[in-house]
Amino acid sequence: MTNTLHRFGDAESFHDDYIVFAIPSKSNKDPNALPKLHRFLEIALEFKPVNLGDARHGGALRSSKNLGPLAHWKRDMKPDFEAVIKGLTVPTTCAAVFDNLPAAQQFVKRIKEENLGMSVNVSTSIEGAERCCQYACIDRHSVGYSLGFEGKTEKIPNSQVTTLSTMCGHGMIAHSLAKKMIDFVKENRRTPEEAATYLSRFCSCGIFNPARAKRILEDARTNTK
Amino acid sequence: MKINPDKCVACGNCTYVCPMGAIYIDPALKRATINRDECVECYACFNGLSQEHLNPTLVRTIRRVFAALRIRFEPEPDVCPTAAFEPDQLVWPRVVRRAFSDPSVPHESTGVEGRGTEEVKTNDVTGRVKVGDVGFTIEFGRPGVGVRFREIQEMCWALAQVNVSFEKKNPITSLMTDVSSGTLRDDILNEKVMSAIVEIKVPVARTEEIIRVVWDVEKRLDTVVAIGVATRCGEHGEEVIVAPILERMGYKVQRAKTNIGLGQIVSPSAEAARETANV
Repeated sequence: MTNTLHRFGDAESFHDDYIVFAIPSKSNKDPNALPKLHRFLEIALEFKPVNLGDARHGGALRSSKNLGPLAHWKRDMKPDFEAVIKGLTVPTTCAAVFDNLPAAQQFVKRIKEENLGMSVNVSTSIEGAERCCQYACIDRHSVGYSLGFEGKTEKIPNSQVTTLSTMCGHGMIAHSLAKKMIDFVKENRRTPEEAATYLSRFCSCGIFNPARAKRILEDARTNTK
Repeated sequence: MKINPDKCVACGNCTYVCPMGAIYIDPALKRATINRDECVECYACFNGLSQEHLNPTLVRTIRRVFAALRIRFEPEPDVCPTAAFEPDQLVWPRVVRRAFSDPSVPHESTGVEGRGTEEVKTNDVTGRVKVGDVGFTIEFGRPGVGVRFREIQEMCWALAQVNVSFEKKNPITSLMTDVSSGTLRDDILNEKVMSAIVEIKVPVARTEEIIRVVWDVEKRLDTVVAIGVATRCGEHGEEVIVAPILERMGYKVQRAKTNIGLGQIVSPSAEAARETANV
């Protein structure tokens, strides 16, 4: 999940962005990996995540292959967390996204107590992850730092667009769609919540943070960065 | 990926959702068209757009009437109204585009989805990065730029020249014809992918040297690079060795992925793999 690592923004901008994910190591061949991952997601639900997902099937907001024509006026915009849990059929990386530190801290503590034996990572600001570990009385095992983007950075658009698009580190959220959603909000054609929902549906592993996206889109309505 | 011209109504929704900007409305055909050279087969259009199954003739007629009256049709922005996208049967070497670009497809070489790497995420089980080691992930093409393998090869060549070892369980390494020189297979060099990660491991004392090599090469590349630097924390969870090096080099490190060490080895094969990790 390097896809969670290189999110654009400074430490302050991650105050509402905590991704906790469990990953079964391929070398471990754990026969109980699937029920453990189900348990991971079920426990996450108790702490009110803003997204849940697995790397094969996507997040709590997904595209539909069979929309009716009335969808343009009456569309389900609510995340379906239960569908994520039920839809997990093969062991793969599972993620829970929280928009506040206390929820992330309590979830990490609970996962430690559950003793699933699965590798668990916290992806957020360095300080945010440290505070989660301190709360759960955990000593960090390893850390992977993001050094940000380099090289031909002139090919990257402005910070608001990049902040939105890098919330899917797999690159499934196009810069142009992020820009279009900002424009939709500016023109008052969609609310920030609706625009964040459209973007969420393109994230294929459920790590997109719709709460952070909503904040960025609301900010983008009046501020250009 | 293909767009069925009999179904496409040229609504333009898909032109925004393509991460590579490879879809456009052809003014002569009046249909959405894919620039196949730029398309990385990520399937964001097929997987991300919701689909309706409306009658194309009816939709085109309505759109024409609305356009004549200068009325803006306001459909949902993430919908293909006629389900016009149809996956192609991909063959080698084009199939590597999808393997590196569609995150829902596991890499054959590692069995891992996304970019096919476990990195430090399972370090508590694999022991891949040990105390005194630094694991680098050098990623190309993201966000939203893409990369061709010939550019990745430039970096691999430069890294091989300073005698680093490439991670064996990595999709890029599996495409090398000569790991000692970092040379990739000839037939994929012009293929474009969303992103790809080169993984190496070096002693912590070489951290600065490796970053300077990356700095030198990335100037010559026509893409973006994202460096990840992973290390093992101390006995009490502290990390006071690598972060200061990065700060000395001018990085303001703010974000990290933290393995909190809850993984347990459950199989003898994992124990054996850990013992021989990157020996």
